[in-house]
Amino acid sequence: MSVENLVPYEEALASYDPVMGLEVHVELGTKTKMFCGCSTELGAEPNTQTCPTCLGLPGSLPVVNAIGVESAIKIGLALNCEIAEWCRFARKNYFYPDMPKNFQTSQYDEPIAFNGYLDVQLEDGETFRVEIERAHMEEDTGKSSHVGGATGRIHGATHSLLDYNRAGIPLIEIVTKPIEGAGSRAPEVAKAYVAELRELIKALGVSEARMDKGQMRCDVNLSLRPNGTEKFGTRSETKNVNSLRSVERAARFEIQRHAALLNDGRTVVQETRHFHEDNGTTTSGRIKDNAEDYRYFPEPDLVPIAPSREWVEELRAGLPELPRVRRARLQAEWDLSDKDMQSVLNAGAVEPIQLTIAAGAPADQARKWWMGELARRANETGTDLAEQPITPVQVARVCTLVAEGKLNDKLARQVIEAVLAGEGEPDAVVEQRGLAVVSDDSALGAAVDQAIAENEAIAAKIRDGKVAAVGALVGAVMKATRGQADAARVKDLILERLGVQA
Amino acid sequence: MTDLIRYTAAETAAAIATGEVSAAEVTQAHLDRIDAVDKKVNAFLHVDTEGALAAARAVDAKRAKGEELGPLAGVPLALKDVFTTKGVPTTCGSKILEGWIPPYDATLTSRLKDAGVVILGKTNMDEFAMGSSTENSAYGATGNPWDLSRIPGGSGGGSAAALAAFEAPLAIGTDTGGSIRQPGAVTGTVGVKPTYGSVSRYGLVAFSSSLDQGGPCARTVLDAALLHEAIAGYDPMDSTSINAPVPAVVEAAKLRDVRGMRIGVVKEFAGEGYQAGVMQRFNESVELLRELGAEVVEVSCPSFTLALPAYYLIAPSEASSNLARFDAMRYGLRVGDDGTRSAEDVTALTREAGFGPEVKRRIILGTYALSSGYYDAYYGSAQKVRTLISRDFDAAFAGVDVLISPTTPTTAFPIGERADDPMAMYLADLCTIPSNLAGNAAMSLPCGLAPEDNLPVGLQIIAPAMADDRLYRVGGAVEAALNDKWGHPLLEEAPAL
Repeated sequence: MSVENLVPYEEALASYDPVMGLEVHVELGTKTKMFCGCSTELGAEPNTQTCPTCLGLPGSLPVVNAIGVESAIKIGLALNCEIAEWCRFARKNYFYPDMPKNFQTSQYDEPIAFNGYLDVQLEDGETFRVEIERAHMEEDTGKSSHVGGATGRIHGATHSLLDYNRAGIPLIEIVTKPIEGAGSRAPEVAKAYVAELRELIKALGVSEARMDKGQMRCDVNLSLRPNGTEKFGTRSETKNVNSLRSVERAARFEIQRHAALLNDGRTVVQETRHFHEDNGTTTSGRIKDNAEDYRYFPEPDLVPIAPSREWVEELRAGLPELPRVRRARLQAEWDLSDKDMQSVLNAGAVEPIQLTIAAGAPADQARKWWMGELARRANETGTDLAEQPITPVQVARVCTLVAEGKLNDKLARQVIEAVLAGEGEPDAVVEQRGLAVVSDDSALGAAVDQAIAENEAIAAKIRDGKVAAVGALVGAVMKATRGQADAARVKDLILERLGVQA
Repeated sequence: MTDLIRYTAAETAAAIATGEVSAAEVTQAHLDRIDAVDKKVNAFLHVDTEGALAAARAVDAKRAKGEELGPLAGVPLALKDVFTTKGVPTTCGSKILEGWIPPYDATLTSRLKDAGVVILGKTNMDEFAMGSSTENSAYGATGNPWDLSRIPGGSGGGSAAALAAFEAPLAIGTDTGGSIRQPGAVTGTVGVKPTYGSVSRYGLVAFSSSLDQGGPCARTVLDAALLHEAIAGYDPMDSTSINAPVPAVVEAAKLRDVRGMRIGVVKEFAGEGYQAGVMQRFNESVELLRELGAEVVEVSCPSFTLALPAYYLIAPSEASSNLARFDAMRYGLRVGDDGTRSAEDVTALTREAGFGPEVKRRIILGTYALSSGYYDAYYGSAQKVRTLISRDFDAAFAGVDVLISPTTPTTAFPIGERADDPMAMYLADLCTIPSNLAGNAAMSLPCGLAPEDNLPVGLQIIAPAMADDRLYRVGGAVEAALNDKWGHPLLEEAPAL
């Protein structure tokens, strides 16, 4: 379906009620894989982080990574889930060349965590509760790259390359219950949920949850039902939606596409769909009819997992401050109104600001830079604030230079721009560009004297008590020093020379 | 020097330790024997001449340096081709693994090497251990040394035949439904299925993960015990491995005293389908145990009649998943990869050509049993039967120390007789399967020749999980009494090859 045939969003929502289900896969940041001792480090040469077990060689057996189980329980607890007293792994059987055993070791009807919820905050500050069905442990597959085709897809490829470094990396799959009642805000809820989940995972320290690196991947299942009805419509499953913005766009597109089909009296096909970042559309993937049967059965090579209640409580007690609680605390610490805090959240600036403060900057300064200059730039380039080519430590250094009087506001801006442009660390930029504030009073004094001499009429007005006129002289000094002077200091010097009290 | 091949493993180790003979000489004697008779027997799929001699020389070097040797150092062994051996082919009797050289040793293989055991080569087996006759090997049937026109049992027919043909004093088998015990019974050798979880499965190419168990095969109970101690024990690489001390089986094998033991005869293992000569030798064994001072009682295990159908749902179900990895992508056979076909087509063509009919039958059966809508009726019900069988065992073991039965209802049948009748073939494992389903320990040892065909009959002894020592206590006593009666071990009556 092309974009032109879509039903306008508002029109779609006037007739239909969207129901969503979100499935998020998180790659855990464990040092070793889920069932063997191979490294999980990203970026290694293909097939160098493999062993008989993760290659599925005949005779090999899995052994459960205890840190993987611990991470799964932490995630479950943070999602307000119940933790199973006894659960098993199960085999999910299907053939695919990048899956070494042709079954995925996963969990089926006995997940480690179930029945929870996550409260997410929407852009206007409203809270929406997303119910969690389950969180279970499984292993990642290898990676296929298809060579010779035009698009890197399998269609038209001459051959495929398989890299099993990723095979066996621990995954936690988090599945929501059907999300109902979000109405026109469904795409926003989807985005806010994934964003909140990402924050949560990062706060727990179990994964970096970088969507751009595939450490967190989202499937958006969506169906429409006529307003006022109960029965769910047929869903589509949009796979691997890999940024927050895309999650929102994919949900929005599917609402419009489903509405168009339903309006035409056609049926929605139950299928997987691919999302395209470039134009925000989805296209058909694999038809999921009833023939799909994973033939789950309990994994006989692993023993059941029975986390003791003492251990679970120990983990619960050791949970870090969760994002919602932390945000409330930071809002108080930073002394922000609800509205300002919401802007900070919407801009994705909590983390950068916090890190900048941690690196020594005052709260107001940190917020000023990230919410001003840098947020504007992120917005213009359509990128995440946290991904700007400047670090919180660098921003904090600029703040320090300002506080020490070595930079003024205007120079600081120039330093920030130079760092963003890749010119190096703030101190190096100051050095190379000669941007330091002229703070040597004798040098400044000469410039002040010159400005007074060249603007005698203004100087006279000031002497007569029209202190406000000092701005013109400050401007002259700043011009003469090419902006490198500390304006406040310049003003003091002028008034001092002219024998006037500020 | 021909006598070397007739030594027991214990005698061989002692002779090497005292310097009476070198490990290299012992190994060479067995390699020569293999050379002489294996064309007829076909027990071996691969003989590792160089590797075996090198291992033997290493033992000799160790002895020369005065280092202490283990109880089986220098003793040759035939390894079932279902355990991985680094650098040595491992086929599982299947075309689909033809040419695969594993890059790693199974835990059991490493333990044998560490013990100084000399691995002569890899033995023939039913493809992926699926069968009771070794006729399902992709590399030809193995003959029973008692009568080469008859089956040596299966799936571990190669290992049992190698022992009976004096090609090796020790062998390793795996027992999923009787694949150690039934070949032991029909070849007049000793075979033990240890408690599930006591011998590591790491490197054992899986047929049915919850049932497979590696174990010792030998010509005497003591030799089996020595091998048992060498291979058993906790392995962190196998999650189902039991972390507990191995029962003192060698000590038990030497005890030769069953006075005061309570022994149960399983009522259900008799009747229709049981060969008269098999029952005759079995009943004589019961009498013998009474004479030796054991108390023998009859016990009933009613659920055992459900064991065979439950097994033929559970084992194929797990196999259908375990064998999915043979897809031509990473190792082994690849058929039809001519640059025009998709990966799916190459996988399908490879599996079509690489798997034999029995393997395909079980993959299809298992795939069906696990499929949505049938799972509860088939796999689910079979698991419930498994629980019932365990309860029957528990109830029986509350009153007796061990259970006994014939190992298999008949003696060795002619090659080809049951090849086209899977149900008849499956009946060979009728008495052995319950122990696999319950995960307990069981042994088969020779108890005589059936009068009507002069072929070996096996006596099965079953003990509770982790009470493997009881098998050896009873087995050692029976073996000693029978050898006294016969004046020699049963295998001496086997025809010359």
